[in-house]
Amino acid sequence: MALLEVRNLSVDFETTSGRFRAVDGFDLTLDPGDITAVVGESGSGKSVAFLAMMGLLPWTATITSDVMKFDGNDLRSITPRSRRQIIGKDMSMIFQEPMTSLNPCYTVGFQIKEALRIHLGMDRKARHARAIELFEQVGIPAPETRLSTFPHQMSGGMNQRVMIAMAIACKPKMLIADEPTTALDVTIQAQILELLTSLQEETGMALVLITHDMGVVAETAQQVSVQYAGQKCEQQEVTALFERPHHPYTAALLAALPERATTKHLPTIPGVVPGQFDRPKGCMFAPRCSIATELCHTTPPPVGGAEIGFARCHTPINLKAEEEA
Amino acid sequence: MLNFLLSRLMTFIPTFIGVTLISFSFIRVLPGDPIIVMAGERGMSDERYAELRAQFGFDQPLVSQYWDYMTGVLQGDLGTSFVTKKPVFDEFFALFPATLELSLCAITLAILLGIPAGVIAAINRGKFFDRALMSSALVGYSMPIFWWALLMIIFFSGWLQWTPVSGRISLMYFFDDVTGFMLIDSLLAGGNSISLFPFEADGPFFSALSHLVLPTIVLATIPLAVIARQTRSAMLEVLGEDYIRTARAKGLPPSRITYVHALRNAMIPVITVIGLLVGTLLAGAILTETIFSWPGIGKWMVDSIYRRDYPVVQGGLMLIAVMVMVVNLTVDVLYGLINPKIRKS
Repeated sequence: MALLEVRNLSVDFETTSGRFRAVDGFDLTLDPGDITAVVGESGSGKSVAFLAMMGLLPWTATITSDVMKFDGNDLRSITPRSRRQIIGKDMSMIFQEPMTSLNPCYTVGFQIKEALRIHLGMDRKARHARAIELFEQVGIPAPETRLSTFPHQMSGGMNQRVMIAMAIACKPKMLIADEPTTALDVTIQAQILELLTSLQEETGMALVLITHDMGVVAETAQQVSVQYAGQKCEQQEVTALFERPHHPYTAALLAALPERATTKHLPTIPGVVPGQFDRPKGCMFAPRCSIATELCHTTPPPVGGAEIGFARCHTPINLKAEEEA
Repeated sequence: MLNFLLSRLMTFIPTFIGVTLISFSFIRVLPGDPIIVMAGERGMSDERYAELRAQFGFDQPLVSQYWDYMTGVLQGDLGTSFVTKKPVFDEFFALFPATLELSLCAITLAILLGIPAGVIAAINRGKFFDRALMSSALVGYSMPIFWWALLMIIFFSGWLQWTPVSGRISLMYFFDDVTGFMLIDSLLAGGNSISLFPFEADGPFFSALSHLVLPTIVLATIPLAVIARQTRSAMLEVLGEDYIRTARAKGLPPSRITYVHALRNAMIPVITVIGLLVGTLLAGAILTETIFSWPGIGKWMVDSIYRRDYPVVQGGLMLIAVMVMVVNLTVDVLYGLINPKIRKS
């Protein structure tokens, strides 16, 4: 049985200027131990989809879906109390900004032990021992003394390690990492990614990596889901996606990678992700697409089959038949 | 912490000198002459006037008057009142406990009601309770305090006859001044009979308590409104922070998120406001003390200004300023206890 199954998840926000659909028909299936990357530009709704599963969206959000199941629990009808027994324990999440994601008034030790007490009911001694063990596991030197420091006394990289330690404290079945390296130095980024993948190997948890960095995707993920303007536009296994992207957006993203550039000027995707008021009638990507047809501008494309990576496109590229011909 | 305290105490010195300068010149800038006020309406010969001026040292240049005053202050002598001929220091500390007792009761009431009200309003943002609370806070904040006091007197003392109108205690009780706090002294004095029915309880303590209720409520009104509004806005800001999302992502119950993770952070700006409020309260609640005939320093200062009682005004202002500085220091220390970022730097 799949660990996580999400079908047709949509999230709408009630804003003063009307309804805004941040996530539109998001699908994802995750088996235990999978590593999936969810890629997309800012505003593509990738974080919102997972915050919806965690139940962390503000009350202005309306969440609808056909299926939203985690580990046998139906997340659509779950009570807040039962959800609190799952999140932070079986399903946990780390965030983009480690410096502001930890409470400045409490020591990091307090913040880790808190989760252990709430979910596992450990006593004082056991919590302390487990916290030290966790700090060692995430590579924080001198764990005994570090437990009693405050977040502002540590670097961003160290704080992200604390966040990771906190998230894996109760041995979760799934860890959602929401752009875990965006706010960090490049050298630290690599360390954190390495830590995440090695922890995944050790514990066998499923790992969801939300990112906008294709380089991160190539290094860590098995499955890749590409999001655009709240919709999933393509999903493939990582090597296949890099070799043969089917959606023009994926292809454009890959072409924009510096290491893949063939010309002196780095190719870019013209324009920006459509906002609340300038949503196109047809395909969301049509206004920025180099091969858009008349049909693309007028009619929303259907979701393709597995053979074209579920590409949501009228004119998928890199088709098998094309190459053979 | 000791270094922190010492460095804060060092800043007391220039503040203190500034305060003495201002209080010294403030009363002298005011029109009016203490000698004429003392002499009353009857005419006075020029010789007598000059003699009195020399007696009080007003014929000296201002600089040397200030010098004399400061040498006295540094030796703990604030001079004697022109009117009562008693040392200013003694008068201040005879009256200050009354002000302190009233202020402490008022600020305690304001904190005990204001912080929970602000928290509840913040977590019920936009709902009925929030709107009702914030509207009444606005009313409380904008209401003229003398009018509010009179309404309370009419209602509780006039119609219901629950509370006395003025003073600190009924005239029928007399006991020794031990702490200066009527509530404590009256308990020490004994003779209190406790009853399950509040109106049957009798004795000096209950008399003192019933005298204290109305002034406390009146004096607490504005601080209560300020604290409730400040707590609400601080809570709203903190509840939107990333670390609150982290706390929710951990699966913590909402009560723990509110009271452990959010409230402590939200208290940082609230404590500053409370410190400022205590400062103003200690300076004497002039209106409240006047309306309820509360024998505190607010009323004393106002009377002294009318009488052009120079030593009392400058000495009283200085002592009040010292009290406010002590309160500020306490707030800074509390700040460090709540906010670890300040403690270490």
